[in-house]
Amino acid sequence: MRNKFSPPTGKLTTVVGKPIMLIGDDIDTDRIIPARFLKCVSFDNLGQSVFADDRKKLDGRHPFDLEKNQGASILIVNSNFGCGSSREHAPQALLRWGIRTIIGESFAEIFYSNCIAIGVPCFTLSKELIKNIQNIKNQDNDLFEINILESTVKYGSMKLNLEIKNSSKKMFLSGEWDATSTLLENLNLIEKKINELPYVKFNKSLH
Amino acid sequence: MSRNTLFDKVWQLHKVSSLPGGADQVFIGLHLIHEVTSPQAFGALKDKNLKVKFPERTIATVDHIVPTDNQTRPFKDNLAEQMINTLEKNCIENKIKFFNIGSGNQGIVHVVAPELGLTQPGMTIACGDSHTSTHGAFGSIAFGIGTSQVRDVLATQTIAMNKLKVRQIWCKNKLSSGVFAKDLVLYIIQKLGVKAGVGYAYEFAGPAISNLSMEERMTICNMSIEGGARCGYINPDQKTFSYIKDKLFSPKNEDWDRAINWWKSLKSEKNASYDDVVEIDASNVDPTVTWGITPAQSVGINQKIPSKLEIDPNDRFIADEAYDYMGFKPGQLIKNTPIDVCFIGSCTNGRISDLRVAAKVVQHSKVAKNVKAFVVPGSEKVAKEAKEEGLDKIFQDAGFQWREPGCSMCLAMNSDKLTGNQISASSSNRNFKGRQGSPSGRTLLMSPAMVAAAAISGKVTDVREFIKK
Repeated sequence: MRNKFSPPTGKLTTVVGKPIMLIGDDIDTDRIIPARFLKCVSFDNLGQSVFADDRKKLDGRHPFDLEKNQGASILIVNSNFGCGSSREHAPQALLRWGIRTIIGESFAEIFYSNCIAIGVPCFTLSKELIKNIQNIKNQDNDLFEINILESTVKYGSMKLNLEIKNSSKKMFLSGEWDATSTLLENLNLIEKKINELPYVKFNKSLH
Repeated sequence: MSRNTLFDKVWQLHKVSSLPGGADQVFIGLHLIHEVTSPQAFGALKDKNLKVKFPERTIATVDHIVPTDNQTRPFKDNLAEQMINTLEKNCIENKIKFFNIGSGNQGIVHVVAPELGLTQPGMTIACGDSHTSTHGAFGSIAFGIGTSQVRDVLATQTIAMNKLKVRQIWCKNKLSSGVFAKDLVLYIIQKLGVKAGVGYAYEFAGPAISNLSMEERMTICNMSIEGGARCGYINPDQKTFSYIKDKLFSPKNEDWDRAINWWKSLKSEKNASYDDVVEIDASNVDPTVTWGITPAQSVGINQKIPSKLEIDPNDRFIADEAYDYMGFKPGQLIKNTPIDVCFIGSCTNGRISDLRVAAKVVQHSKVAKNVKAFVVPGSEKVAKEAKEEGLDKIFQDAGFQWREPGCSMCLAMNSDKLTGNQISASSSNRNFKGRQGSPSGRTLLMSPAMVAAAAISGKVTDVREFIKK
């Protein structure tokens, strides 16, 4: 785990780092961060607890514990990664462990939007290509190079095209993935909208 | 692309703008918060020097971390106490209505909002909890959000989100006797899988759905997310309106008439088009039990756990993990599996009608030796009603523990946990590895009636045999 944590900020155009392969479908957020670690009022200390139960069971053999994976920042996963609960603690724990971007076959919806919201780009690739990547021995310790504008990943002499939602891509490239300020720009439209909603008028008891 | 569905109408009504990236900015009519996913959002708001924009549109309660045995403050668990304390402070500072323990209105957020009449057709509802889809039972568009989005809703009452596609799940015919909403939704997820719903809102429709009570409809929509769909909904009808009428926050007098007129206009049109339509025959559904580690890994009570060859090649990897973790063999019957713990409760099945059905099964019987069984009502209101009807007594006489309201062993953030590799029969929503508090604990999801039957016989049992008696 990195000692000093600094969250992603501003424009994101490239991610360069060591890959870490995590094999398995439907890896849910309870596995990424078991519920007992949600008893906290800040995300700061979650990094060490990522995959706590899976890691304990594998007694040092879990990918997140292997010596060669320390300092890795690009997580390679299979399908429906992050299914289950909406806990943002899951991507926050991954981010605080050191993960800066994820490439997978597919992602659960709320997990995906949580990743985007905290500046962790998620890319998809076909099942076959993910398998190929997960089988790379990477003896030379080549770094993966992800180019967000081109949506590509380069390692050694290989280059693959990645898929990413256009809306997410634009947000990262423009640096506007921190949504609050973008949403606040339309404050006048928000105030107009609330006055158009029928139920706001007939639910007086809430006011 | 879907057109003229309730989802399209409600989305259009709440759309504030099209954002530069291509997502929509959507107004959130009702924002629900609890102690687990809100503290960091309030923290972020402070860091950005922002205020809660419309405090009257956010409602708070406490549910995930509350102990269900002794609720005296301060809680024995310091971390739990710190979390409730933080929520109390945040609500006071930001003038947010908070239904605390002892208010008479505390409980699981997805039980509380409907019973207070806060949940209404045509609203957009968001909460930092994936089971927010529950509220779709009323014809609202309701979905779970992460903490960053909780921050956005607090600051702007809007979020950035891509519009979902709409899949109609048409449920023809009716459920047979002894088969419940939980069985139907487990069956649907088994047929469609846990990721089919990604990118979709599920519209549950058809005679089997119309026939369900509002509480049963909540069970169905609650588990949309287990099928991958962030949002699930049912078109509102007379049952919906009757349920809402005369609740604490429901519209009154002339407002009620205006509300009904508007609500009636919301349902999907006859000529609506969907991105996808799937048909399910509800008369084929048996009492259903999960055998694995995802909610799609389920079988009918008289079926065998599928062999690998019977499983879709894409699902074989997780099936292998499931056999291994659960200690079950392909071809084994789920029926007669011995049970250690029985849990009746959760936002899926902790409502009064769930307790009534389960009480009927356990009445005049005793919990099997070596089984720990407990009931956790979904809210203080549910607990009160149950006591008035004497249900607490029926459960206790049978050997169940009767607890205080909360999320409890659905996700085990309080002291209600499995130990070792215990097997639970649970009326909750997730059978993930370690979900119920023990890293090797095993969960069998089923209807509350089936949990009750399992408690009495000490093993997985067909509840229809009990009902016949």
